[in-house]
Amino acid sequence: MTDFPILSALIGVPAAGAVVVALLPRRRTDAVRLVGLLFTFATAGLAGWLMWHFVAGPIEINHYQFVEEHAWFGDLGVRYLLGVDGISLFMVLLTALLFPLSLLVSTTIDVNVKGFTAWMLLLEAALIGVFLALDLILFFFFFELVLAPMFVLIGQWGHGRRVYSALKFFVFTMAGSAFLFAGILTVAFLHQGDTGVLTFDVRTITSWAPAALSVGTARWLFVAFTVGFAVKVPLFPIHTWLPDAHTDAPTAGSVILAGVLLKMGTYGFLRFSIAIFPEAAVWAAPALLAIAVVGILYGAVVAAMQPDLKRVVAYSSVAHLGFATLGIFALTTEGLEGGVFTMISHGLTTGALFILVGYLFDRRHTHLISEFGGLWRIAPVLGGLWVVAVFASIGLPGFSGFIGEFLALIGTFTVHRPFAAAATFGTIFAALYLLWAFQRTFTGMPRSELRGHFPDVSVRELVAVVPLLALSLFLGVYPRLVLDRVEPAVKALVDHVERHSDFREPERRVVPAVTGSDRPAETSGHGEDKP
Amino acid sequence: MTARDILDLAWIVPALPLLGAAVLMPLGRRLREPVAGWIGTGLVGLSFAWAVVVFAALWSLPADARSHTVKLFTWLPAGGLRVSAGLLIDPLSITFALFVTGVAALIHLYSIGYMHGDRRFTLFFGYTNLFVFMMLVLVMSSSFLLTFLGWEGVGLCSYLLISFWYERNSAAVAGKKAFITTRVGDVGFLVAMFLIFATIGSLDYSVMGGAAGGLAAGTATAISLLLFAGAVGKSAQFPLHVWLPDAMEGPTPVSALIHAATMVTAGVFLVARAHPFFEASGGAASTTVAWIGAATALLAGGVALVQPDIKRILAYSTISQLGYMFLGLGVHAYGAAIFLVITHAFYKATLFLGAGSVIHGLGDNQDVRTMGGLRRFMPVTAMAFGAAWLAIAGIPGLAGFWSKDEVLAKAFFGDQYGVWAVGIVAAVLTGFYMTREMWLVFFGNERFRRPAEAGGDAAGEAPGDAAAVAAHAAGHDADADPSEEWLLSPTVEYGTEPRPAAVDGDPHRAPFPMAAGMAALGVLSVIGGLLSLPFKNLEFLVEWLEPVFGGVPEVHASSFLSAAGLSALAVVAGLIGLFAALSMYGKGLADPARDPLDDRLGIAGRILGHAYYFDEAIANAVRVPGRRFLDWMSEAFDQGVIDGAVNGVGRFFRGIGAGNRRIQSGLVRQYALGIALGAVGLMIYIWVRTA
Repeated sequence: MTDFPILSALIGVPAAGAVVVALLPRRRTDAVRLVGLLFTFATAGLAGWLMWHFVAGPIEINHYQFVEEHAWFGDLGVRYLLGVDGISLFMVLLTALLFPLSLLVSTTIDVNVKGFTAWMLLLEAALIGVFLALDLILFFFFFELVLAPMFVLIGQWGHGRRVYSALKFFVFTMAGSAFLFAGILTVAFLHQGDTGVLTFDVRTITSWAPAALSVGTARWLFVAFTVGFAVKVPLFPIHTWLPDAHTDAPTAGSVILAGVLLKMGTYGFLRFSIAIFPEAAVWAAPALLAIAVVGILYGAVVAAMQPDLKRVVAYSSVAHLGFATLGIFALTTEGLEGGVFTMISHGLTTGALFILVGYLFDRRHTHLISEFGGLWRIAPVLGGLWVVAVFASIGLPGFSGFIGEFLALIGTFTVHRPFAAAATFGTIFAALYLLWAFQRTFTGMPRSELRGHFPDVSVRELVAVVPLLALSLFLGVYPRLVLDRVEPAVKALVDHVERHSDFREPERRVVPAVTGSDRPAETSGHGEDKP
Repeated sequence: MTARDILDLAWIVPALPLLGAAVLMPLGRRLREPVAGWIGTGLVGLSFAWAVVVFAALWSLPADARSHTVKLFTWLPAGGLRVSAGLLIDPLSITFALFVTGVAALIHLYSIGYMHGDRRFTLFFGYTNLFVFMMLVLVMSSSFLLTFLGWEGVGLCSYLLISFWYERNSAAVAGKKAFITTRVGDVGFLVAMFLIFATIGSLDYSVMGGAAGGLAAGTATAISLLLFAGAVGKSAQFPLHVWLPDAMEGPTPVSALIHAATMVTAGVFLVARAHPFFEASGGAASTTVAWIGAATALLAGGVALVQPDIKRILAYSTISQLGYMFLGLGVHAYGAAIFLVITHAFYKATLFLGAGSVIHGLGDNQDVRTMGGLRRFMPVTAMAFGAAWLAIAGIPGLAGFWSKDEVLAKAFFGDQYGVWAVGIVAAVLTGFYMTREMWLVFFGNERFRRPAEAGGDAAGEAPGDAAAVAAHAAGHDADADPSEEWLLSPTVEYGTEPRPAAVDGDPHRAPFPMAAGMAALGVLSVIGGLLSLPFKNLEFLVEWLEPVFGGVPEVHASSFLSAAGLSALAVVAGLIGLFAALSMYGKGLADPARDPLDDRLGIAGRILGHAYYFDEAIANAVRVPGRRFLDWMSEAFDQGVIDGAVNGVGRFFRGIGAGNRRIQSGLVRQYALGIALGAVGLMIYIWVRTA
């Protein structure tokens, strides 16, 4: 089985699914839905297989597993190059998990089901491609390919000002991509000028660039790459496309947008901005940390004042991704692990919240908080699910969100105390905006027109959301499942940064207990720890 | 099995209530009423029983070996941080585990009666079992981080249980307020953990004891004060006390369990557990703790004097008593503070359960101005409440006397005369407000009966008991829509008209489970002091805790006579308050609308009644200018300024759209197809040019 091109299969299965769906007759919506689910579940199965066979690798930059390499546009140095490490592994898993659930909650879509399903499958293929590509051009190809399906999903199956929002989404991210593309070409041509070889191989560029590029060049290129990714995250103040896109997107679109698409930005920070330009990353870190802190506090405050549930959750994403960015640019092992963990956790909890907002929309065709009230009384199970999702998203310890935020904060604190201390206040606001929105939507007595017209969740709805919440709880209690696999990749990145800059991760060792007379009772008797 | 084998099985103590929560919460209404209550009560009872076994095992070890870490699994390994899910079994943790499970079991028993007929009966016990689990995690954890998990977990349960009757807006708002206010303090707890990790490299309690002594005083002070900020939020100390009075919106057993006996003492636990940092801070941190505690004891005691709500008096009393505990911690009297935690749990739980019984019996009336003389109708409640009243007032021989006396003596002999004096004044207030409540509820004239002319026809149709039960049930029960009246908050605010007396006939007594739970706690309020008597070889609790606080310098009375003199002084202080209240309220209230103390205090009474207008000032600041700023930020700023740049781009594109309507004619797919084709085209173009 080791020769099986698992990574190509992960991209190929949903892509093939898109083709199969496109060939099905338009009127057979049941068949279309079934085929869509089958292909996404098959992809999820493959991702599970990948997880099972993934080995928590050595601490070595550029170490990838299941690498597939083929010539593509030979003379251009563009190659079909795929590989996976501890960071991309979980992005792929998250993608493969969210798509089948998104299709499950999309059975309320009844306009052009065939088109919807086909675009969703294409989107999944493109997203998985983004996380697996190790060639800069191939990466950029997938990165841009993601735009098209997302644009259509918002524009055609969305609500409200959907065309405006779709365009806004498109214009913003396209503008960011221009910077990114210019950066990619420049770094490749510089490499060609230096070594005579034209290649877009991320591994080669990562090994070459830190030593070869002048400090000034590297910093300019870092900015180009990082701006391209920052639009996707989105970092303050280029976040305004996000609430509009979310508000008008269909539920599945919001789940994928928040759950996976935004992570393309933070993933880009890790894989490209920091790895290729480590010195520049250290140089820019304080600015990015400051932006992250502003995003955390600003996103939370603005979220609190939104009259629309989807906008509340959308702005909360700005805050959560702020934590991810904070951890990443702390450039410490704990911080980076926290950043990656937050990316995963945010996919689970915000995915769940968007699905749950979707359930309200399915029943009342609105996201406005003021149109609801007292729902807990008439839909107790839905209310219970909301409570779990709200506290998971707040980052209550025991849920995954806490692990990510805590590691990001503690990792930042060891090198940049004020930023971490300021960001910690974000944890108050997170409780504020979500509990306030929940209170207005679910508590009190139900409005009379809601009674009898607001069914509790169905089994299908339960099945679509419970896995996300259960996983968030599981990862909160047993985060090692992720951390053990992420840590080698993250440590390799930290070592890489230390090798090429004057940044040094603070050395941490446990202060040995004072042996002797002054505090005898406190420490004695601790030698009995079970192995 | 050796003692240590049993200690390794200490995880069973928290596992039992977790099991209960895991079974009861999802089952919801599919489980019939009394069963869920007995499951919940039984599991907490078993948990207590196992805690006793663990206690015995620990006790069998020599004193200096009574500390045992049970590592369950590695929870959070990341970089230099390694945190285990582990339990630290030592005298401090097992003491808390014992009184938490013990008191919780009795309150669970009481709740079977109190929650009878509630539509979410099963869920209630699921939540309370989850609470007991989280509280046990908090106190038994082997590291700050796992304690924090329990800390936030009890906050979650507190939120769910305060908002338990979420159909009432007041309850929903109070739950949210409690969670968010305590989270303000939690920022301190979090940053303290960051600082501990950054300086000593571990969050384990086992490392802390040795490493704290080596810290610079400034660092130790910073860590201590940040941790204390967390404690101030959780234990409702000034200025984060504002959530606790509102938390009385929850069902009364919840007030007894969470907001009096256990959760609110988590802050005391944290400071006691982290005492090496406080000791290493060179006095600054401890002095702050002592003064915040003393100030809170005094200020909250003053507010309790004039409150008309039976539960709010107890709430402010709890805040005040928690202040005493911090006063004790601040003067390094850790053992005495823990002693006070336990005895307070006994008598305050009894008071709340008694109050619940009264509220239950009077058809959800919480206004002490329209009660009176209830001892004739509720003898068990009156006895239990009375025992707890004497205990809290500091009458010699009862639980409260020994523990409060111990704290004040340590303050005095530690040369902290200022906080000692404040503590004495607060003792006068305690004697007064508790006596006032006791007399207004159980003695004096009966003011709870509906006036004859209004109640005449109603009484003819239904006996009083049935009417009261029906009124109660209409709110809680089954699928019936709650009555309009039930949806209003039962809390009686200071300065409002007395709630009209609504009972016809006689109030009904507490049913068996309620009476049993209450009576058991009442007995404990009387004898709880035996845990630690201030005589040689009888200081069981303080000696038991000695290994934990061994490094702390001991403070001793200069002589037996001076100690006895101090005690006498404290007793006299309590008695002054007691008799002052008796002189005013001995015969009840002639007119429910006129409170003699309030009349005498004038404007001071209003200031106390409104809790110094502190909460109202904050609320106004948040509601008007704060909200206006946030609105501006999210509308004018985010939509106008930041999005303005985008709209420029948007207009540009709309311009193009207007000129080329065919492209924008509706099928958005075309755009996308265009992009996809464009991306592919670009690939091909580059390929062709270079091939």
